Amino acid sequence: MASTSSRSYTEMAGRAALYAILLLFALYFLAPLFVMIITSIKPMAEIRTGTLISLPKAPTFEPWLKAWGTATIGVANEGIKGFFMNSLRIAIPAVLISTLIGALNGYVLSKWKFRGSDTFFAMLLLGCFIPFQVILLPMARTLGVLGISGTVSGLVLVHTVYGLAFTTLFFRNFYVGIPDELVNAAKIDGAGFWRIFWKIMLPVSKPIFMVTIIWQTTQIWNDFLFGVCFSTGDTQPVTVALNNLVNTSSAVKEYNVDMAAAIIAALPTLFVYFAAGKYFVRGLTAGAVKG
Amino acid sequence: MQSAERSYNPLTILENALPKLVVAPSFIAMMVFIYGFILWTVYISMSKSTFLPNYDFVGLVQYVKLWKIDRWYVACKNLLIYGGLFIGFCTVFGLLLAIFLDQKIRLEGAIRSIYLYPLSLSFVVTGTAWRWMLNPGLGLERLVREMGWESFSFDWLVNADMAIYTVVIAAVWQSTGFVMAMFLAGLRGIDSSIIKAAQVDGASLPRIYWKIIIPSLRPVFFGAFIILTHIAIKSFDLVVVLTRGGPGYSTDLPATFMYEYAFTRGRLALGASSATMMFMMVMALIVPYLYSELRSKKNG
Amino acid sequence: MRKKMALLVSLVAAVMISATNVVAGEVEVLHWWTSGGEAAAVQELQKMLEKEGHVWKDFAVAGGGGSAAMTTLKSRAVGGNPPTAAQVKGPQIQDWADLGVLTSLDSVAKAEGWDTTVPKVVSDVMKYDGSWVAVPVNVHRINWMWLNKSVFDKNGIAYPKTWDEFFMAMDKLQKAGVTPIAWGGQNWQEATVWETIVAGVGGNDFYKKALVEADIAALKSDTMVQCFEVMKKMKQYTDASAPGRDWNLATAMVIKGEAAVQFMGDWAKGEFTAAGKKPGTDYDAVPAPGTDDAFLFNIDSFIMFDVKDADAKKAQSAMARLILSPAFQTVFNVNKGSIPVRSGIAEDPFDMIAVSAMGDFTDTAKSGGLMPSMAHEMAVSPAIRGAMFDVVTNFYNSDMSAADATMKLAAAVEEAKM
Repeated sequence: MASTSSRSYTEMAGRAALYAILLLFALYFLAPLFVMIITSIKPMAEIRTGTLISLPKAPTFEPWLKAWGTATIGVANEGIKGFFMNSLRIAIPAVLISTLIGALNGYVLSKWKFRGSDTFFAMLLLGCFIPFQVILLPMARTLGVLGISGTVSGLVLVHTVYGLAFTTLFFRNFYVGIPDELVNAAKIDGAGFWRIFWKIMLPVSKPIFMVTIIWQTTQIWNDFLFGVCFSTGDTQPVTVALNNLVNTSSAVKEYNVDMAAAIIAALPTLFVYFAAGKYFVRGLTAGAVKG
Repeated sequence: MQSAERSYNPLTILENALPKLVVAPSFIAMMVFIYGFILWTVYISMSKSTFLPNYDFVGLVQYVKLWKIDRWYVACKNLLIYGGLFIGFCTVFGLLLAIFLDQKIRLEGAIRSIYLYPLSLSFVVTGTAWRWMLNPGLGLERLVREMGWESFSFDWLVNADMAIYTVVIAAVWQSTGFVMAMFLAGLRGIDSSIIKAAQVDGASLPRIYWKIIIPSLRPVFFGAFIILTHIAIKSFDLVVVLTRGGPGYSTDLPATFMYEYAFTRGRLALGASSATMMFMMVMALIVPYLYSELRSKKNG
Repeated sequence: MRKKMALLVSLVAAVMISATNVVAGEVEVLHWWTSGGEAAAVQELQKMLEKEGHVWKDFAVAGGGGSAAMTTLKSRAVGGNPPTAAQVKGPQIQDWADLGVLTSLDSVAKAEGWDTTVPKVVSDVMKYDGSWVAVPVNVHRINWMWLNKSVFDKNGIAYPKTWDEFFMAMDKLQKAGVTPIAWGGQNWQEATVWETIVAGVGGNDFYKKALVEADIAALKSDTMVQCFEVMKKMKQYTDASAPGRDWNLATAMVIKGEAAVQFMGDWAKGEFTAAGKKPGTDYDAVPAPGTDDAFLFNIDSFIMFDVKDADAKKAQSAMARLILSPAFQTVFNVNKGSIPVRSGIAEDPFDMIAVSAMGDFTDTAKSGGLMPSMAHEMAVSPAIRGAMFDVVTNFYNSDMSAADATMKLAAAVEEAKM
């Protein structure tokens, strides 16, 4: 009896320690968000005179409204709301196209291997190790030659191309986990390339589609470098607007509006994470990261 | 490898070529937009380019210059410290958190989301929050001192020797959640009967993890390594917002160095040479690992 | 020079022809005045231009004091799709003009008499081969020292005029328990203080030799060693949290009375105003010690790209004309906290700090004390400026000796010149 009860004590202590550690990490992860939220609801006078991480004395929702609808960005006093549309127009096609191509690539590289297909995959992975700053000028030139400089199509192309490595990686690793026997049996039954993809691969691919779409959405939505270099005034994505709001050179800073705008700009990705988060883990479970 | 007579049928030829046709656009895109541009960069690094591209060839002058600049050594050293610690901590924390979360934790969904959300935020502003918290006069140090621990000191951000570690703290914050999700997924994929069998044999839980579960996560380690290396090499916003490369230029990284020279300072050729060096260094580190991993998978 | 850029030029020209089907009289303007008072100021220009029937297509890119905008401009130009007008400053104007892609503004300049209203030091920066290729917008004075009046009054200290007085005052203030200097530890802020010291310690002629001509002998001289020593001496009067601090947070320290002085350009005024402080009663701005007869200027300007479309050309000259018109000079500079770049503007809408700067601007233009700021991209090429930044910031943030810093400075500038 004594041994079981002492064991349950250690077990309970263990559980408590476990929760304590998880909570500690949760604090680490939440701290910056906490600072951002409290700052976003403080009036500027309080930020200027108080400490930056103290709680607001007179909370206000004003900075949020300002960031959304009336803050000055460039010559417009319309906040960041107008730039959401641009981001959507860029992100939706780029995410869908890069995901679809990634799915097909992954399918070929796992189930229809040919001489050199592994080399192709390795090269694709290696290619994603260049810092993107390097490709700005040649890419600008290429877009100019193609006649899509500064257009939404241009940005969609750029995001699609540089998203391919990871979408292919995700799908290839996922499809490797699907037994070859299934595919071979279908081949013997006379099913062709597309039919197998349509009837066997796609029906089980929902989780990996979720994973890839979430990853790509985050990457493309949060991109600043391409968005700033390959856009014109009326195609700038929301990250560029956010940067314009936040990174003034010599104007008076409004940290509360900055923080509110940052949270607003992240809402779509935050929503995707919280709403589809469970698919994310399920998708990965189903083999996205298994070799 | 198909038998010869079947390939006479044009439809079959098409069918056999189809997989190659499907990946062909990606292949072409890769050759142009990745390898073509890398070659362009290599050429520019040997040209007379200043603030815009120029195609007059001058040879390896810029490389000689590059290796004479103190700041470049600082940037390379920082990448080693930062990249090593970042990848290490993200992997260790990610794995630990995943294992802990896998112990039938209440509110797992909420906790998981809390760990994951930093990846969804743009660093342009999150960096400001971090800068405030890490600043001794505004953030953590002041808070702890006000709570009564007068001698508490946490001044890494403003200390040239330690500032690079604050970059690690913020970077680990942003990416650990994603690695955790990858490991968690890996853990969920493991057949629980193996664990039960080992438990029946009397093995302790830590031992089961160490001997059976963690080794079986090898492919996840590979995936995590690829993604984390990729993030580490591209780290740019992080440094720009958090430290602006300072104090002095003590937290410069090759990516910020390259940008600074190529764009801000109008020394495109030097910037390109630094990018080329960086790519070569990365290749030297990654290729052997990539090769062995893809190899072992083929065999296994 | 010409030939090597031929490819780019032909590309730019080719696309310009294809881009002629734009709305009549449209100017696409790349600038980095994206928020707050700056944006309000630039909106005035948009309004005036639209009143004349032209269309303003905004292309704002903030970040890094214009460096993000410059990267964007380069990629737009390489893509053969440059904006019609772009905010470009200092020696970089010459770089762009050298490519032959800029349009000459001489006819507007002649009609408007720019040569008589704009000081020669300024017009030299705006001209390429003797012809106007850029239009200046505003003038910021860099060598200001901002002081919290009550902190000085309470401790019975007069505003220091020389560096000796300055350090004596700092000693007293430190004993009184305030942080004497509000320091923003970012490389451009450190370079701002440094160049102010170079002008204050070395004098105007030394400043021009060292930081405008980047003369190696001057950079190596003992005077430069003294300048570095003064800068390092300041460090003991700053607080430990200074590294990385934004300039406006340093200003906030002065506003709150936590710190006594800050060295910063006249945009700091906006922070005081936003906090409800009045010049002369709550705070003051005086030229940094030893720089009474020096005026380090930071001037924003626009270049216009050569376009074929006749309506767009008209819109460009209208924009150039409006920028230097008295009405815009007044409304813009009052909003932005800077001063007009041309003479003949009434003083009454401006506050006392701006008025004193306007007087000094005219005086120093005659005396030779009107000098381009190195830290703010007005004096030397970006390559040399970057080299100077590296040495200064590394010197200040390490235990490097002033003599070593001087040698390193000369070596780095020499390397960057090649």
